[in-house]
Amino acid sequence: MEHTEPDRDDIGAKLGMWVFIFTEILLFGGLFLVYAIMRHRYPEDFHLASRQLNTFIGALNTLVLLVSSMTVAMSISAVQKKDKRMATILLLITLLCAVIFLVNKYFEWGHKISLSLYPGSDLMMQLKHGYILFFSLYFFMTGLHLLHLIIGAIILGVALAKIRLGLINDQHYVLLENGGLYWHLVDLIWIFLFPLLYLIT
Amino acid sequence: MTEESYPIAHPSYLVDTGKRKGIKAWLTTCDHKRIALLYLWSIMVFFIIGAILGETMRTELFRPGQQFYGPQTYNAIFTLHGLIMIFLIVIPGLTVVFGNFVMPIMIGANDVAFPRLNLFSWYLYILGAAVVVVSQFAGSGPPDTGWTFYAPYSTQTHTNVIAAVSGAFILGFSSILTGINFIVTIHRLRTPKMTFFKMPLLPWAVYATAWIQVLATPIIGITLLMIIGERVFRIGFFDPALGGDPILYQHLFWIYSHPAVYIMILPAMGVITEIIPTFSQRRIFGYKAIAFSSLAIAGVGYFVWGHHMFTSGMSKEAIWVFSLLTFLVAVPSAIKVFNWVTTMYKGSIDLKPPMLYAMAFIFLFTIGGLTGLVQGALATDIQVHDTSFIVAHFHYIIFGGVGFAFLGGLHYWYPKMFGRLYNIRTANIAWGFLFTGFNLLYFPQFVIGLEGMPRRYFDYLPQFTLSQQISTVGGYLLGIGLIIMIVNLFRKSGEKAPDNPWGGKTLEWQLPSPPPEENFSTPPNVSDFPYDYD
Amino acid sequence: MTTEEKHITSYSLYARVLIILMVLTAITITAPSLNLTAFTILIALVIASTKAGIVLTYFMHLKIENTLLRIMVIMVLGIYGSVIILTFADYIYR
Repeated sequence: MEHTEPDRDDIGAKLGMWVFIFTEILLFGGLFLVYAIMRHRYPEDFHLASRQLNTFIGALNTLVLLVSSMTVAMSISAVQKKDKRMATILLLITLLCAVIFLVNKYFEWGHKISLSLYPGSDLMMQLKHGYILFFSLYFFMTGLHLLHLIIGAIILGVALAKIRLGLINDQHYVLLENGGLYWHLVDLIWIFLFPLLYLIT
Repeated sequence: MTEESYPIAHPSYLVDTGKRKGIKAWLTTCDHKRIALLYLWSIMVFFIIGAILGETMRTELFRPGQQFYGPQTYNAIFTLHGLIMIFLIVIPGLTVVFGNFVMPIMIGANDVAFPRLNLFSWYLYILGAAVVVVSQFAGSGPPDTGWTFYAPYSTQTHTNVIAAVSGAFILGFSSILTGINFIVTIHRLRTPKMTFFKMPLLPWAVYATAWIQVLATPIIGITLLMIIGERVFRIGFFDPALGGDPILYQHLFWIYSHPAVYIMILPAMGVITEIIPTFSQRRIFGYKAIAFSSLAIAGVGYFVWGHHMFTSGMSKEAIWVFSLLTFLVAVPSAIKVFNWVTTMYKGSIDLKPPMLYAMAFIFLFTIGGLTGLVQGALATDIQVHDTSFIVAHFHYIIFGGVGFAFLGGLHYWYPKMFGRLYNIRTANIAWGFLFTGFNLLYFPQFVIGLEGMPRRYFDYLPQFTLSQQISTVGGYLLGIGLIIMIVNLFRKSGEKAPDNPWGGKTLEWQLPSPPPEENFSTPPNVSDFPYDYD
Repeated sequence: MTTEEKHITSYSLYARVLIILMVLTAITITAPSLNLTAFTILIALVIASTKAGIVLTYFMHLKIENTLLRIMVIMVLGIYGSVIILTFADYIYR
């Protein structure tokens, strides 16, 4: 098998994924910069506005993402140990976590929107500046994070299918590793989003 | 074409060997050399459009008052001229053409690390370009913000900003993917004996460029998304009425767009560094200094963005810091100029077209660089801000620097790319027109800029008429030079090129011209130093 | 072909890492109720950075990856940190 693929370079593929992760970090970095400056300008408003967010849902989503990060990391070990069944179970748990996160987010956003707390609403335009900016940042940051979560879940879904088909196995698992790296990135960003948005009271 | 003369075992990369033929083979190719040519053709087309737009602006400015189009059209045209020239030509330009064609060969690789991703980057580039073009015709009129999309105007104007911004976003994505590809290529695919310090200097420059592409472009990506959010959802980040800060937009924009200047100029410097030792037949002077100054420019260049904002209302302390950093970044650039000139000293200089372009580059880049320091100094910047002095300065860097390096590189590697020679005399004449026309066009803009001629104005006071007319004549000479050059390069009658027409030492000159589809059947031997002329 | 030799990380190490991360999350949630005012944000950021460091080191395998990658991660974070500091050089003094 190895002799037929002279161009295979797993280390290179992983290096490529890492460099892509750097770009993602700076993509969110731009938003965190805006957040830092706006918070610096309107500390009181940010303090009060963040009370509108539900810390319980935020904490729950944090735990869900941490668990899913662990199961992805474990699934790589399982593939390396040729334990296909274990790898499948671990990845299914990860995807289940992604679904729980999405459902939580649906209710959380739905609640905010039903209160007219979204950018551009009539109520929003009458609030204090810091409130407007806080909720704009809240939706922008969690929205972009959500998009990354969905992309990550799709990559891991593909990886799961390839494990079932035997295309990812103990010799070839760089796709799963890269999918895992992307998933950890999603987790990393949430690790900062959670305290900055929910816990600044 | 001379492909018939090569043995069937190693047909040139220009011959279709796969199942697909003709245009289908080109549009599905993963060969880095073909992708480089795909980029070259697209860039040539856009460059001709951008140049024609520029010439119409010069014609409009031939006399004070309105000649044949009004202010709104003028605003739309300089916006489109800027968008095309910056986002479609000079930012990707040298990286995607020479980085793709020569860099893998120079490091002894058969292709880039991710060939399919490389082709995908080209498609993204074309898609982004198409969206920018559509923004001109669809919706509520062509954007009139200038290529900088400054808020709050860009969030309020009724023209079609969203499409133009989306186009720039897609182009940025293409640029990021190319950067990732090249970083991994240079780390992983160097031929076994080639350590980093045996690598030619163009790959060094491409490597430094790729890091800026990867680390700066996402910032403009998110900023452009914010502009869209601002227009669609009124998120208010840059809208003072909602508590936002327009200066924050300028920060975010220049955090990318200043490093973008180094994305343009670093590979240009890399190309010049290849041309000068070859045509001086001399070892490059200070190899390590040039390699490290590329990294230093990339590193320090990331932190000087604030010098675009001295008059925007930034704090005095920030202005002071950014001014200092700006002066610092001039040091590694000057190191390179010193090394090029020293390499030429006592060399046997051969004034072939690539060398003429390289020498023009040094001259024009030095003028552009020194006038840049005029703007980096606080007091003088207040005087020249938003005048045609700025226009002259960045054209000296971007056209005189990047553009001339691109043309120099094109004349240098043309025999390798196509296996044919061009007419050297005609190429020299074209260079003469370009060099004269360029200086006539932009030098007067320094003078009237100091006298107070604002940039981006379609009209001017009568006292500037003479200078503006010299500029316009220079613009026409430049256009004539471009036409002569393009005709000379692309008529189908050059004689067959030898493998190493200029006596170069880097690996690409050890391959046939044009190279076979598989560059090296065995990893090539590498000498201890890439420029061993002595 | 180029592949690296396999490092199989044990499940139990990952489980221990998860427990530490959860403990840190619990601390960061309860910290604001201690009313440390100005230090709250600082504590939150320190804990978040610690968690990020743990995820990078163990889940993303930086511990067993080559030095080059570690240097790159440090460089990227350094550049981003400098960008924030330089931008604040404007906002703090304005």
